[in-house]
Amino acid sequence: MAEIRLEKLTKEFKETLAVDHIDLVVEEGQFFSLLGPSGCGKTTTLRMIGGFEDPSSGAIYLGGDDVTDLPAYKRNVNTVFQSYALFPHLDVYNNVAYGLKRKKVDQADIKKRVEDMLVLVDLEGYGPRRINQMSGGQQQRVALARALVNRPAVLLLDEPLGALDLKLRNQMQLELKRIQREVGITFIYVTHDQEEAMRMSDRIAVMNAGRFEQVGAAQDVYKLPATAFVAGFLGASNLLDGEVEGADGSSAKVALAAGSTIALPAARLPNERGSVRIGVRPEKIFIEAAGSSGGGTENRGDNAIEAMVDISIYTGVSTSYECSTTDGSKVVVYVQNMGASADALAPGSKVRLSWHPEHTFAVEKNSSTEGGDNEMSDRGGTT
Amino acid sequence: MATQVETKPTAPPAPGPHKERRKKRAWILPTYTGVIIAYLFIPILVMIMFGFNEPAGRYNFQWEGFTTKWYNPDRLLEFEDLNEAVKNSLLIGVISTFVSTVFGSLIALALTRHRFRGRAGLNLGLFLPMASPEVVLGVALLALFVSLNVNTGFVTIVISHVMFCISYVVVTVKARTSGFDRSLEDAAKDLGADPWTTFWTVTFPLIFPGILAASLLAFALSVDDYVITSFNAGGTVTIPLWVYGASRIGVPPQVNVMGTLLFGIGVIYVLVSIFRGRRQGAVPSPPVKAG
Repeated sequence: MAEIRLEKLTKEFKETLAVDHIDLVVEEGQFFSLLGPSGCGKTTTLRMIGGFEDPSSGAIYLGGDDVTDLPAYKRNVNTVFQSYALFPHLDVYNNVAYGLKRKKVDQADIKKRVEDMLVLVDLEGYGPRRINQMSGGQQQRVALARALVNRPAVLLLDEPLGALDLKLRNQMQLELKRIQREVGITFIYVTHDQEEAMRMSDRIAVMNAGRFEQVGAAQDVYKLPATAFVAGFLGASNLLDGEVEGADGSSAKVALAAGSTIALPAARLPNERGSVRIGVRPEKIFIEAAGSSGGGTENRGDNAIEAMVDISIYTGVSTSYECSTTDGSKVVVYVQNMGASADALAPGSKVRLSWHPEHTFAVEKNSSTEGGDNEMSDRGGTT
Repeated sequence: MATQVETKPTAPPAPGPHKERRKKRAWILPTYTGVIIAYLFIPILVMIMFGFNEPAGRYNFQWEGFTTKWYNPDRLLEFEDLNEAVKNSLLIGVISTFVSTVFGSLIALALTRHRFRGRAGLNLGLFLPMASPEVVLGVALLALFVSLNVNTGFVTIVISHVMFCISYVVVTVKARTSGFDRSLEDAAKDLGADPWTTFWTVTFPLIFPGILAASLLAFALSVDDYVITSFNAGGTVTIPLWVYGASRIGVPPQVNVMGTLLFGIGVIYVLVSIFRGRRQGAVPSPPVKAG
């Protein structure tokens, strides 16, 4: 009953299209993330679901009911705000009790539900505290308790962990996940942090320029990005230009501009012929010196290209190599430092990069989001 | 101002250890502060003191001896027309404070949260009553009332007081509303509060200290005003008008006593507002462990 559905939802601000005709169904009880760079429209989408922005067109359904024109205070939806927005003139207890008082729940019931909720968020006995006596992490929990105590059909979270330091963030991610499982309420979580989204969500919608680039389970979105933008935004990835040569049953062949022909499952090609971009994640690539090719048992796959090492960066657990192929494309490779191959490949050495066809994906060559891809590849590399 | 004084002694590089130099100039700031506070409070102290004076003649300008007899209600209220003036002043003060605080607060809210046509003009226009000379405003108002055939009196005093008080209320309340976090109102709506409930449970309690300060200021301005009132009073007498009239024949100590009592009420009002502000969570919080 608490399924949420968006139909052609659109929001225009003066000249810009913040949210562009999006359709979405979030099933009951899911932890759903809206992921995207700042300005992609994810917060606007959330605010429309919450009732704080009026859609320019389109509709929002909550459990089958059209709530598009319902004001925020009549929607069975609660929000955890980015800034928490706790009432500074009320103590913790009265902050959490605020929603129940508006619903005219009787005092004894309010007391019980507030106290249960404070236990759930690990703040038992903090009721009489003032908000400014609470740390950032504690305030975050108060904000969560204040929203959840109303037993909403859907909980909206607008980058709720953005203000916390890294350690607390990781802790709160697990905590949020635990609470979500315990209460079983649908969570819609807005974030620009791809790791956070992948760690917590059942499903992710990757958003860019007001539209969804891809919607799917976290693993699927990572393994098989549908567009160059998703590939670059969700983790690091290498994209190589190529021409489709044709399909042979379930397997397709693509001739890379870098000089070799590689294989991948035919179903992954966005178009049956013409130009495509072939993608592979850095951790899926095996790297070895050019001469030793062919004989190694460690050979990870049948797809292979020749390249030259530009830079190698030792990071303890792993070494990352930045290589360039014969056509000048850059390829990043992560290698686990397992001790066996202690001799790092020096910059300038010729190498053979190989990977399995199963780990290969393809995106459209001339997708409109290529600019975003370049920008995001950098971001992907740093996280 | 304080920084001005602080920087002076640091200019010449004094010889000797740092501590000694600091000790030497340690008296400057307290002394300076004391002088300024004395400057602010001496007139009030004199007013209070001469309420306890027993003047020899009609003029209460010279200390003759201590007495509390002016605080005796019989003596305090012995001038009928002074009582009338006090009553008028208080009534005018309360009415114009109430009206100007309500309208001024609403204007302040509108100015800080809505972008509307003429907003910049209104912002500027509100400063005009504060910036223009009172005499000019007084004359202008009188001309207006006369040309509209309105008899000057109690009502015209209230109208003129509301007029100049509103500007001060807007400026004072705006200081509070401009820093207001709108997401608090979103949060209230999110939790099921309709706009009316949101205003009374979230917006109003949070801007209340500003409104309280503004109303205090408006009341003080209204009770205090002489110039504009004198042009528009007609036959109505307020405290400043009565005192000014009496000053030619000698101001009786009762005026000092009335002034002292008014001052006392003001002090209590301020203390209450400070105390409320404290309770609203302005107290620095003790460090709390994260987590």
